[in-house]
This record gives sequence, structure tokens and C-alpha cells, in this order.
Amino acid sequence: MIRLSNVDLTYGQATEQATLALHDVNLDIRKNEILTIVGASGCGKSTLLRLIAGLLLPTRGEVLVNGQPVREPRRDTGIVFQAPTLVPWATILDNVLLPQRIVGRVSLELRERAQRLLRTAGLGEFTDRLPRQLSGGMQQRAAICRALVHNPDILLMDEPFGALDALTRETMTLELMRIWAEEPKTIVFVTHSITEAVLLGDRVVVMSPRPGVVREIVQVGLPRPRRFKMEADPEFVRCAERVRELIFTQEEHA
Amino acid sequence: MTPSSSAASAGSRARKRGRPAWQALARMGLGKEVLVPALTLAVIVGLWELLVRAFQVPEFLLPAPSRIWADTVAMGPVVATHTLATMRTVLIGFAVSIAISLPLAVLITYSRFFEAAVYPLLILTQSIPKVAVAPILVVIFGANELPRVIVTFLVAFFPLVIAMSAGLLAVPKELLELARSCKASRMQEFYRIRLPYSVPFLMSGLKVAITLSVVGAVVGEFVAAEQGLGYLITSSTAFFRTPVAFGAMFILSILGIVLFQLVVIAEKVFFPWAIPDQKAQ
Repeated sequence: MIRLSNVDLTYGQATEQATLALHDVNLDIRKNEILTIVGASGCGKSTLLRLIAGLLLPTRGEVLVNGQPVREPRRDTGIVFQAPTLVPWATILDNVLLPQRIVGRVSLELRERAQRLLRTAGLGEFTDRLPRQLSGGMQQRAAICRALVHNPDILLMDEPFGALDALTRETMTLELMRIWAEEPKTIVFVTHSITEAVLLGDRVVVMSPRPGVVREIVQVGLPRPRRFKMEADPEFVRCAERVRELIFTQEEHA
Repeated sequence: MTPSSSAASAGSRARKRGRPAWQALARMGLGKEVLVPALTLAVIVGLWELLVRAFQVPEFLLPAPSRIWADTVAMGPVVATHTLATMRTVLIGFAVSIAISLPLAVLITYSRFFEAAVYPLLILTQSIPKVAVAPILVVIFGANELPRVIVTFLVAFFPLVIAMSAGLLAVPKELLELARSCKASRMQEFYRIRLPYSVPFLMSGLKVAITLSVVGAVVGEFVAAEQGLGYLITSSTAFFRTPVAFGAMFILSILGIVLFQLVVIAEKVFFPWAIPDQKAQ
């Protein structure tokens, strides 16, 4: 569904401090797959996500979605960032509808969908509250609803649970998988956490920094639905070990 | 439960049992905010009155508060006219500052070229002492309201430009990416994201600007005016009618406080979300 072929991305290409953020990335993402990306800081994980979203364009190579090259931002993607980035002046419901409101189309149908999403996210009672009246975890849930409101085919998540405490993080991981089971979509999920990456992902892309390259793709052979107790499963342990190995041996290679 | 909310509920309990109202007020924290400063002020005024009478300080040097009150009240209608004149200059100057600063801030944040061209000039205008500009403006425009409004504007507009541009630039990069990903035009991005995002910054800019507008208007009136509280101060002191000068000074400070509070109220009414809320923490 999403294909990156020989993708390079150089920041500040025309200047003297041009930095190669991604080098020769080749990736095939299947429809309705959860693909997780792990790697040390500066390995170009977020850059990769922005390339798929069309927010950045590759300096070499091609990004294809459904066979079409990505040349501008795409509407059929939803993005979740590390910070909830809700706007402080709008209620939770209006925040979820914000992307649609910016471009001026909010149908009754969409409103109902937003309300339904918020209810499933456990925010049904808080739709009229302002973001600052909600906890960080609740705000991030609203941000996920915002990314899902237009029912995109692709959900891009940039360390979405990175700013949350460990317990909230586990709840959110389970919730995300539940949402995905109900409304399957292609999810590209960037994280720092190896556990999160293995538990969520059908495949785990391990990247290494300077320049950002794909080191290896680890296939996770765990059945769905995934549960936290699977962390004791030999397959989970194998995958996590492999990912860890790849991340921590790359420094010697460099 | 936070300490303040428990104190508030204790306060309501106290009222139900019929305790003195001031006790309930004190428990609600009003004691610290209102009663204590009011009491301090009363003590200072009382001491002032006492000392002036005890040492028989000449009135033209330091008049007693009672004398200031009496002389100012005696000139009531005249003082009122001067107050209205000053208020007019302040409000016109403030309005001009807003009308010029906000578009200026938008241009500065949206255009690199404009920023490079205009920003140094803005800094330059700020390095010029406004008191020095006032007489020159009077020569150019004559001794009417225009130079006073211009001085008010010159004093008040800069913090507004700075606050507004800071607000327009404070939008998180992710939110702008979100706008781009739903293909918002630059206009839509501006109206739906950047402009509302800058409101808290704008409001703090307005609070500074309204206070400075009062300063600017008085500076203008000192230099050339036939009315206004600044003029009242210069003319009264010229004739050693110090109590009236003091009266005018106090009216000026009250004017400043009232105008400032009007901005605070406007913020509470129109942008309640922009006010940091301690209780939510």
C-alpha cells in the first residue's frame, strides 16, 4: 500500500550544512498492517513519517501510496504527535473536528462520528470541556480521535505515548489495538520503546542514525489480539532481543 | 481536594453558622487580596495626614490628604473636564496603537523582507526618548490633540507589536503540520490557528499598552496642551497649587487602574480560555 523506494532526504540541501537524514530507504508497508519503527534519536524516524504524510518530499527516490507518488500532503492520513497539540480555545469535541473546521466542512455526520469516537475513547462526558481541564492521557486520547475523525486509511503516529506515564501508556497501547481491530487501517507507529514496538507491530523496522538507514525489519510472529502477558512468550523475547541487539551493536559499526 | 477549595468550603460553613462576614471573607482569601492592602493604604494616608499637621509642613510642599481632597472636590467640574480630555487622548492613542500594531505584527511574522526592512526602525523608535519627540511633534502638527495622540501611540505600540508577533510565532510546529496535512490555505491557517493562538499574548500586550497609553498621554500634555490632567498638573504647580496637582496625579493613577481592569474584564468575557487557571492544576 505504501512503498518507499531508494528514498534519500537531505535537510538544507542548498546550504553548506546539508545533513543526510535518510539514506536509501526501501520499505513496503502492507494494507492494514501495523508497522512500528524503532531507533536511536536522530535516525530519521519522524522524517520517515513526514515523508509518508507528504509533509516532506524526498530529495531522491519515491514515496508511493496506492501506486501514486506522494507530491503534497495527503488528506487520507491521520497524524498523532508526541504532544497532544490540542488548541486551548476549543472544546474537546471542537478539537477533534478542528482539521475539518480549518478547511470549513463539518457535516452533522462527521460531528456524530466525532462524538462516537470520543465515547469509545472514554471521553464521552468531557466533549464540552477545554483541553486544560483534562489530564495528559485524556488529551492524547482526544488527539488520537482527531486523527481518526475523517476515517483515514493511514494513521501515522510519532511517539504518541512518549509523554505519558508508564501505566497510561499500557492502557493506551491496548486501546489503540482495540480501535485498530474495529476499524482496520495501516498504522505506522514510531516509538522509543522496544516493548511497545514488538507488542504493537506486525513488523518492527529497526533504524540506525547518521545517516538514517533501515537496519533490519523484524517479523513478529505473535497472534492477535495481543496482550501484555505475551511479553513472557518466547517469540516476544526473541523479537525484543533481536531489536535490542540491532540497536546496541550499531554503535560499533559506526 | 486542594487547600484553597477546602478553605472556600470552610468559608461557606462559617457563613451558615452566622459568623461575621469578614471572617468568611478572610477565609476565602479576600483578606490577603483586598483587606490587607486597603488597611496598609489607610495607615499610610493617616500617617501622612498626622505628620503634615504635626510638623506644619507648608501646603505648597506637601499638602495633607484632607486638603488634597477638599481642593480637588472644590474644582470638581474643571477636574472632570480635564479627566475626560486625558481619557480621550488615552483611548484614541490606544486604539491607534492596536490598529497599527496588529497588521504590523502580521506583516513582520509573514514576510522576511518586511521584517528585515521594518524591525530595525521599530527598535530605533524605541530608543528615542518620547519626551524629546513631543515638542518636535507640536512644532510640526500644532498644539492640538494630534501630537498628543502620536506620542501616546509611540509610547504604547511597541509592546503590542512584540507581543502579537510572539503570539503568531508561538504556534507549535505540529499544529501547523496538521493544518498542512488537511490542505489548509495560508488564510485558513492564519484565521483558524495562528490568530486565535496569539490571543493570550495579545491580551498581555494590551495590558502593557493601556498602562503605557496613560503615560504617553500625560507626556503629550506636559509639553503642549490646553486641557488634560497632565496640563492640570503643570498649570497647578506653576501657581503653587500643589493640592490640585496631587489630586490630578491620584486621578491619573485611578484612571490607569480602571482602564487596566477593563482590559482584564474584556479578557475574562471574550477569551476565558486564555487565562491561566490555577484551580485546574
